[in-house]
Formats: sequence, structure tokens, C-alpha cells
Amino acid sequence: MISLNRVTRIFESRDGDRITALEDVSLSIRDNEFVTLVGPSGCGKSTLLRIVAGLILPTAGTASIGGVPVTEPRPETGIVFQAPTLLPWASVMDNVLFPLRMMHRMDSGSRDKAAALLTLVGLKGFEGKSPRELSGGMQQRVAICRALVHEPDILLMDEPFGALDALTREEMTMELLRIWGERPKTVLFVTHSITEAVVLADRVVVMSPRPGRIAEIIDVKSARPRSFHVEGDADFHDASRRIRALIFGQKHVDPGRAVA
Amino acid sequence: MSIQAAPSPEKSRRRHSAALYEIVVPLLATSAGFLVWEAICRAFNVPAYLVPAPSDILKETMAIGPTVLGHSLATLKTVLLGFVVSIAISLPLAVLLTASPAIASALYPFLVWTQSIPKVALAPILVVVLGSNELPRIVITVLVAFFPLVISSATGLMSVPPELIELSRACRASKWSELWRIRLPYAIPFIFAGLKVAISLAVVGAVVAEFVNADSGLGFLIVTSTAFFKVPVAFGALIILSVMGVVLFQIVVIVERVFFPWSTGNAMTGT
Repeated sequence: MISLNRVTRIFESRDGDRITALEDVSLSIRDNEFVTLVGPSGCGKSTLLRIVAGLILPTAGTASIGGVPVTEPRPETGIVFQAPTLLPWASVMDNVLFPLRMMHRMDSGSRDKAAALLTLVGLKGFEGKSPRELSGGMQQRVAICRALVHEPDILLMDEPFGALDALTREEMTMELLRIWGERPKTVLFVTHSITEAVVLADRVVVMSPRPGRIAEIIDVKSARPRSFHVEGDADFHDASRRIRALIFGQKHVDPGRAVA
Repeated sequence: MSIQAAPSPEKSRRRHSAALYEIVVPLLATSAGFLVWEAICRAFNVPAYLVPAPSDILKETMAIGPTVLGHSLATLKTVLLGFVVSIAISLPLAVLLTASPAIASALYPFLVWTQSIPKVALAPILVVVLGSNELPRIVITVLVAFFPLVISSATGLMSVPPELIELSRACRASKWSELWRIRLPYAIPFIFAGLKVAISLAVVGAVVAEFVNADSGLGFLIVTSTAFFKVPVAFGALIILSVMGVVLFQIVVIVERVFFPWSTGNAMTGT
């Protein structure tokens, strides 16, 4: 459904340097597939995500969703960023409703829909709270609700758990899998964590930097529903070892240690 | 899971002691200052035309109480009008400055230029140009007060996390609703920081204007009473001015706390 065809994106910095963030990237993602993008900093993961979001246009090549070229943001896409970026003056409920307000799509059922989402992420009863009364993990749950409230068919997540502590991070990863199980949609998920990438994904897209390219796409065959127990599986092990090899090069791989 | 907590007696006691420190201690310190002042004036027989004792100031100011009140109200009117006009000018200006880099580079030289002109020197010229009435006083007040408000508001409008702007673009929101629903609310703490500076400067500006051109106002009262060596009255006017500045500042602080509790960092304890 999402299809990138030989996408290249070049940024021009102020002093005239041309930086190739993405070069010749082709990728197609099926409906309701969970794809994670993993790679070192500067490999163009976020740029790729923003091209799918329609926030950035490719310099060459095309991005299309359902056969329609992406030339501007489309309303049926939801985005979650690394920071929750909730509105500090608005309640949790109003933060979730925010995209509907911005799109002028508020109706009588909107509040119920938002309340149902908050229940889904375990924040029932927090509707009237202010964001600063919530922990980082809870704020990110609200941000996920905000991304889902307009019932998008595509969810783009840019390192959504990157700012959380390690334990909250694992908890949120499981939460996301549960939410995705209940409300299937196409997810494109950027992360720095190899474990996270493998646990979540149907396919892991490994990217290499300068210029950003797809190094390899790895199928993860572990059965769903998954938990972090899959870390013990042979499939999981093979996939993470392969990713680590692609990112760090063969010589640095220590098969005895799983680095998140 | 719940993080709600009923206000404990411990907490309310702490709030009481906070009130003690915020109100009682400053009042005591101020009174003590006046007592020391009074004592020094009496002990060394300082002549009233040099430094009058607080009791002299009070006595002589009260003697012409209704006149002083009239002057105070005249100054208050100039301060408030100047403040309101400053807000009316500064906020749209801040929006313009942040709208595009081209507009910003076109406007900034003018802004800096208005700030580099000494207002005291400008005042008599403005009187000639605008006539001897309330208008030049308000213009001076605005020129003194508006600049920090523009700068802090513009800074606030630019302080929005880029992700929120992306979210707004992803929602295909108009520039207008981006401004109204995201940028302006985000700028509120910055705008209030500017307002606090502006209200204090508005008092300064009004008095500068009254020095040059006025037939009423506390600035005028200071000029005329010193001309006749009524130094205690001049001191009285000075004290009224400082009290006016403090009260107006506190009103801005209270407005922020009441209407924008999330802006002051007290949202947790405020709710």
C-alpha cells in the first residue's frame, strides 16, 4: 500500500553544502504490516518517515500511498514523535482531540472515541488531568491516542520510546503490540534499538548512513502475539545478529550479548 | 496508579508559611526601613529640604491629599493607556516578526532604532509635533514600554516544538489556526514575562513624559514641588509612584496565575 520508488532526498544546508539524506530508496509496505526502520544516526530514517507523512517531498523518485502520490500531508496518517509534545495548557482529553479540532472534524462522537482510546492505553480516568501531572510513559500514551483519534490507516512513529527509561520502554513496546493487535493498521516505526525493531516488526528495514540507503530488509518469522520472550528464539537471534552485523560490520559482533 | 493527592495539613501549613514569607516579611522589612530612616533624620537633624523624614512626607502629602490623589490618577491613566496601547502594538508586531525572515529583517532596524533614541530627548520634540495633550505622553510611555514585550512575545511564538508545527501541518491546519491554537498559547509564559517588564517601564515612561509636558500627574508634581523646595511632597509622589509600580506588577502576576495557571509552573499545586 505504501510504496517508495527510487526515492532520493537531498538537503541543502545554509552554506550551500548538499547532503544526501536518502539515496535511491525503494520499499513497499503491505496493508496492516508492521515495518521498523533501524540504523545509525544520519541514515535518513526520519527523513523517510517524513516523506511518507508528506511533510517533506522527495528530490527524486516518488512516494505513493494506495497508488496516489504523496505530495502533501494526508489526513489518514497519524504521527507519534520522540517527545510527547503535548499541549501544556490542555487537558489529556483535549490533547487527544487536538488533531480533530485542527482538521475541523469534531462531532458528537469524538469525545467517546477519544475516551475509548484512552481506555485502550490504560489511561481511563485521566481525561481531565494536565499533561504535566503524567509520567513520561503516560504522556507518550496520550500522544499515541492523539495519533489514532482520527482513525488513520497508517501510523508513523519516529523513535516514540526513545526518551523513556528502559523498563517503561519495554512496557510501551508490549502496549503498542497489543494496541496494534486490537486496531490493525500499517505501522512504520523508526528506532535505534535492534531488540525493539525485531520484537515489533514483520519486517525490519536496516539502513546505512551517508548517503542513507536500505542495506537489507529482514523478515522476522517469530510467531505473534509476541513478547520479549522471543528474545530466546532462534529466529529472533538470527535476525538481531544479522542486523547487528549490517550496522556494526561483522567483526564487532558478539553473539553472546544482546544489546538493546 | 493514581497520582491525585488531597491537600494534606502538612501542605496547607507549608502554604501558610509561604504566605508569611511572601507578604509579612517584606512588609516588616519595609516598615523597619522607614523606622531607620525616621530615626536617622531625627537623630542628625537632617533638614527637610534635603532628606525629609517619613513623618514629614506623610504629613505634607496628606495636607494636599485631594490634589495628590488627582495627580496620581492622572499618572495612572497615562500608565494604563500606554500599557494597553503597548500590548495592542506589540502582539501583532511579534506575529509579523515571526511570520517570515524577510519581514523580520525589514522591521528589526526600526525597532532597534526606536530603542536607541533617548526618550527624554524625544519627549519635547513630540510635544511640538503632537501638541500639548495626553497623546505625546502616551506615545512616550509606549516607546519606553513596548520593546521588551515585542521581543519576548516573538521569542515565545518561536519557542513551539517543531514537532507540533509538523503535527499541525500533518493535520493540514491553516497558518491562522496554527497561530491561534499552538503558537499563541505556547507564547503565553513569554508574553507575561514581557508584560511584567512593560508595566514597570510604563510607569517610568509616564513620569518621563510628565516631566516634559503636563499640567498634572506625579511627574509634574515632583517637578513643581521641588521647584518650590517642597521636598517632602516630591518624596511623597516618589513613594506613591513606587507603590503604583509594585501594585500594577502584582496585578499582572495575579492575572497570569488566575487565567493561565499552567504558564507559571504552579499548575500542580494550583489545581
